[in-house]
Amino acid sequence: MTAQDMISPGFSDPVFQSQAAFRALLAALSEPGTGQRVAAEIAPPEGLASATATALLTLADYETPVWLPAALRDGAAGAWLRFHCGATLVDDPAEAAFAVIDGAADAPKLSAFNPGTDQFPDRSTTVIVQVAGLEGGAAFTLSGPGVPGNRRIAPQGLRPGFTAELRENGALYPLGVDVVLTHGDGLIGLPRSTRIGEAR
Amino acid sequence: MTLHQMPAEDAKPAYNYAYLDEQTKRMIRRALLKAVAVPGYQVPFGSREMPLARGWGTGGIQITAAIIGPADTLKVIDQGADDTTNAVSIRKFFERTANARTSEATEEATIIQTRHRIPEAPLKPGQVMVYQVPMPEPLRRLEPREAETRKMHAWAEYGLMQVKLYEDIARYGEITKTYDYPVLVNDRYVMAPSPIPKFDNPKMHMSPSLQLFGAGREKRIYALPPYTSVKSLDFEDHPFRIQSWSQPCGLCGAADSYLDEVVIDDRGGRMFVCSDSHYCETRRAQGHRGTMLGDAAASGLVQPSSPHPEEAAGAAVSKDDPVVSGASTSILRDAPDGAPQDEGSREQRM
Repeated sequence: MTAQDMISPGFSDPVFQSQAAFRALLAALSEPGTGQRVAAEIAPPEGLASATATALLTLADYETPVWLPAALRDGAAGAWLRFHCGATLVDDPAEAAFAVIDGAADAPKLSAFNPGTDQFPDRSTTVIVQVAGLEGGAAFTLSGPGVPGNRRIAPQGLRPGFTAELRENGALYPLGVDVVLTHGDGLIGLPRSTRIGEAR
Repeated sequence: MTLHQMPAEDAKPAYNYAYLDEQTKRMIRRALLKAVAVPGYQVPFGSREMPLARGWGTGGIQITAAIIGPADTLKVIDQGADDTTNAVSIRKFFERTANARTSEATEEATIIQTRHRIPEAPLKPGQVMVYQVPMPEPLRRLEPREAETRKMHAWAEYGLMQVKLYEDIARYGEITKTYDYPVLVNDRYVMAPSPIPKFDNPKMHMSPSLQLFGAGREKRIYALPPYTSVKSLDFEDHPFRIQSWSQPCGLCGAADSYLDEVVIDDRGGRMFVCSDSHYCETRRAQGHRGTMLGDAAASGLVQPSSPHPEEAAGAAVSKDDPVVSGASTSILRDAPDGAPQDEGSREQRM
């Protein structure tokens, strides 16, 4: 058995760890730009940040197709997700309910994922973007529901043009994907309702 | 009596924490995250059978069950009151299934499940309001077909609602809707605020707390993130107005709260009291006295309860108000059916 075939454990206490993680996700998406932490002490598989793995354990199951980059899908992360969540791993980004992408990778674009339909905008993909850091990068401002006035975030390691993609995504409102930036055990929510301001 | 074995007093059924199974909670949690991402849009969800009838707050209970944790303090109100049947039952349900810490104090609660009211005390950041919603679709009485109302929301085709409000003005000179008054959320979706009196609508606008809405029978969840624009529909020449009353609360003298009319005898006697029981009790504990507090105690409408000595001792009592013995009182009343009462109220420009 190679190390890649070993599946690391999930939650040790699924009821309360998933509840706490969900509240962090709910706070992140209802108050965009605020830094939230998932406290769950899990050993994520290679390629997934602790916050990414916790979010997927909390939300993904057999009802939610998940899209992963090929390297992750064929590696420990794919096996881990199949085992713990029972989630289907799909090849087509547009079929996914949840997706994990690397913020620095060129593809896929946010527009490759499912934005929902005009009658069912809730059927869109939630895209978890793993970044090199949640602060210290190029700053931009947020406004909209959940943000009193303006809020400023500066995630590190996003590909060039990512804020433009976020703006295009926001222009589809009420359609569009919802983005969660993760790094380590921290996360920041950027739902489609958030308006992205100019870089400062 | 061997056939009917009574369980031991402390025997608890072996349910999962907060009654719902984890798969159901995940489904509700996913719906909640989409609901906060699209404020005011009604997300369909797989509403479960609950151990009480649909229409008794099953939507709100399922949301509370999906979000509650050991760190939470739960407050449940029914028409503003903590001590009415629905509120007491739901509070006990979560004490039993989730070992929940409960409170009647608005400021102590982290989750406030409510039927048809928003507390008078200002909500704080970090608090979560959970509304029980009987009819989530604001357009349903205008268009009975779900397939059609879904298109109307998809295309923001809300002319029919404006026509309805206009017809009210044409016929009666004013918009006659006094509860469940439709609102426009984030300049996009028309939303039913649940049957709260329109008095409470302005509290939703830019509220610092997260507001979640659950309709168990209609299988819909929707949400308002904090600091979200919530505009009550109106016309430039007929602006939105909330109710006001000709007299303050008879028990605590509050002039800024939503009042219920209570019939006190069979000779036409009546009084107006705060609908928010905790707000009223807090004010009385602080020494505020309404003009009818003495009468109410005498006629058995108000029952003196154990006073809080430390609060009563420091409370300033105004001289011109009648003072009754017992610093704190609690009112006895039943939960009114259906909509909040409006009789006796009159309109006043906001």
